[in-house]
Amino acid sequence: MKAVISGNDAVSRAVKLSRVQVISAYPITPQTTISEKLSEICGSGELDAKFVKVESEHSAMATLIGASSTGVRTFTATSAQGLALMHELLFWASGARLPIVLVDVNRAMAAPWTIWCDQTDSLAQRDTGFLQFYCWSNQEILDTTICAFKIAEALALPCMVCFDGFFISHTHEVVDIPDQTEIDEFLPPRKAVTKLDPADPRTFSGGTLPDNFMEFRYKLQKTFERAGQVIDDTFGEFEKRFGRSYKNIETYFIDDAEAVLLASGSAASTVYHTVRKRRDSGDKIGFIKLRQFRPFPETELLSMLKPGVAYGVLDRNLSPGTGGVFTQEIRALLNRNGNPARIGEFIAGLGGRDITTANVERIFAMLKDGAAEDSEIHWIGLKEH
Amino acid sequence: MTDFDYFKYHESCGHAACPGCGEKILLRHILETLGPDTVIVAPAGCAAVTDGIFPHTASPVPFLHVPFGATSSAAAGVRAGFDMQGKEKTTVLAWAGDGATFDIGMGALSAAAERNENILYVCYDNEAYMNTGIQRSSATPFGSWTTTTPKGHLKKEPKKNIDFILASHGIPYIATCSPAFIDDLKRKAEKAKNLNGFRFLHVFSPCPPGWKSDPKDSITIARLAVETNIFPLFEIENGSKLRLTYKSQGLPVSEYLQLQGRFSYLKDNEKEKIQSDTDSLYKSLIDRESSKTRSKIVLED
Repeated sequence: MKAVISGNDAVSRAVKLSRVQVISAYPITPQTTISEKLSEICGSGELDAKFVKVESEHSAMATLIGASSTGVRTFTATSAQGLALMHELLFWASGARLPIVLVDVNRAMAAPWTIWCDQTDSLAQRDTGFLQFYCWSNQEILDTTICAFKIAEALALPCMVCFDGFFISHTHEVVDIPDQTEIDEFLPPRKAVTKLDPADPRTFSGGTLPDNFMEFRYKLQKTFERAGQVIDDTFGEFEKRFGRSYKNIETYFIDDAEAVLLASGSAASTVYHTVRKRRDSGDKIGFIKLRQFRPFPETELLSMLKPGVAYGVLDRNLSPGTGGVFTQEIRALLNRNGNPARIGEFIAGLGGRDITTANVERIFAMLKDGAAEDSEIHWIGLKEH
Repeated sequence: MTDFDYFKYHESCGHAACPGCGEKILLRHILETLGPDTVIVAPAGCAAVTDGIFPHTASPVPFLHVPFGATSSAAAGVRAGFDMQGKEKTTVLAWAGDGATFDIGMGALSAAAERNENILYVCYDNEAYMNTGIQRSSATPFGSWTTTTPKGHLKKEPKKNIDFILASHGIPYIATCSPAFIDDLKRKAEKAKNLNGFRFLHVFSPCPPGWKSDPKDSITIARLAVETNIFPLFEIENGSKLRLTYKSQGLPVSEYLQLQGRFSYLKDNEKEKIQSDTDSLYKSLIDRESSKTRSKIVLED
């Protein structure tokens, strides 16, 4: 069935199709309409789930830690300050190996107050042990959220599905909504390896001394190292069943490109559009869309990035004092592997500022003029200051 | 009462609590009452640490460790998860100290009480952050020494009245309990077990290292806390019906204070203040018990 729905509505539909059993969330713009819709469908019985309406995001994640420990499928959604308030619990969810799925509707972190989009909120959670995906369309949100449960449960890892606040969350698009029976075949009920059970009493997440803690972290790292394959296989199976393909990195006209931009989220639409338009004028430019951030698709990126091409990373986030998070990750990856490809750094779209086709054209022009060779942070769309 | 034998499950692994610890006595008797179809949810605190270090555990029932301020919410999540699997009868026992209850977990506690979550919350109250080494909490009484209320800067504020705060939520059951009155404790635990909704047991938990008392005196101190009306035994049903469950002898508070080094810096006038505050709080309990018209406990009088 096809429907014209918002990005947030795509999440609610995915949660329903995934037969989530316990939901807990706290309202925050621009996530709120997800909580509202889920309240409706839990209340009406359309989805057989408990929605625990807590007093904070800290409690939302704590509730899911409790619920997920009993073996059920769990979900929450949040944004910005709410995600930051969960920070402590995010480490706990991954350390306890709980396959909680969290949707983060990207919003910049205050101060000063803003409800508008950038990706600093979720990228600042990169060390918490959550898998992370960045979506650019409502169809992708629906499909990725469903796959997130399957991936999280296969790996016993929590998973964060991110997309840009307002630009995607409140934009309506045509979405193909799968039948429940098809999703039930693709995503059977969760089978927890261990769980809270009075018939089989176990203690979870108790105190460790220096002779044990490192092994827990080593196992977590090892799981992330094999996560890429599980993710590829899951989206591969999804493609076979539903005909829609998702790769950890998606490319557009990169084979003969002299300048290539890398970006994630809603900015991808603008870059696609600009590249197509400039290609018509003979510009040899291309695009790499970053979809998966944790685990970072290192092998695929390394095989793509070649010396002689001017690369630029469009970062809709800021790690103050350093720059863009995606740029750091990619430069570190190249450096570790002795890959001499050069990366220019472009900060744009913070706090909801539009990333326009003119901005993207300007970036490509700067790349042609050697911006990939310098180590400057190039601010795009910045006003006189 | 069930025939659940706590010690049967403890043959091979013991807990690591200090000698004279009230918390373990209370846990033992409450678990004996609740039986094996119980799950413990516990935050950072003495109970979490003394249950055992990985891979050891002293708990005979499933034990979920959760972050410090997360007790009530995580317990509500366990409840929701069990309910979705038809395990409505399993008791979800939130087991938290006064730091986790009176302080860092207060928002989540109030929220879970307001939602009337079907959990049994036990606060083992040793009146300070004992696990981190005796720092003041809002459960620390007036005049007490702790490492953050040192000599010359003893705690100036009275203990937060958690029972009345919870009562104002109108929850089905609140009771105070003492390890010196085990029959009373077990009766209240049994009553709480058989009710639905948010149930709160506030249990008095002597702490020899934190209170600078002799481990052999723990039960004596707990008994004196009740007999001096420092820690009266009562229960409140539906936030309104208060009943004192034990008539104390009304001994002078000095008999309670003198057994504990934490009160050794008190001046005479401060001891008199503790006596008069104790008397007036106890009188307010008696007034509330006899008042038939009051629909809810109000805090302002």
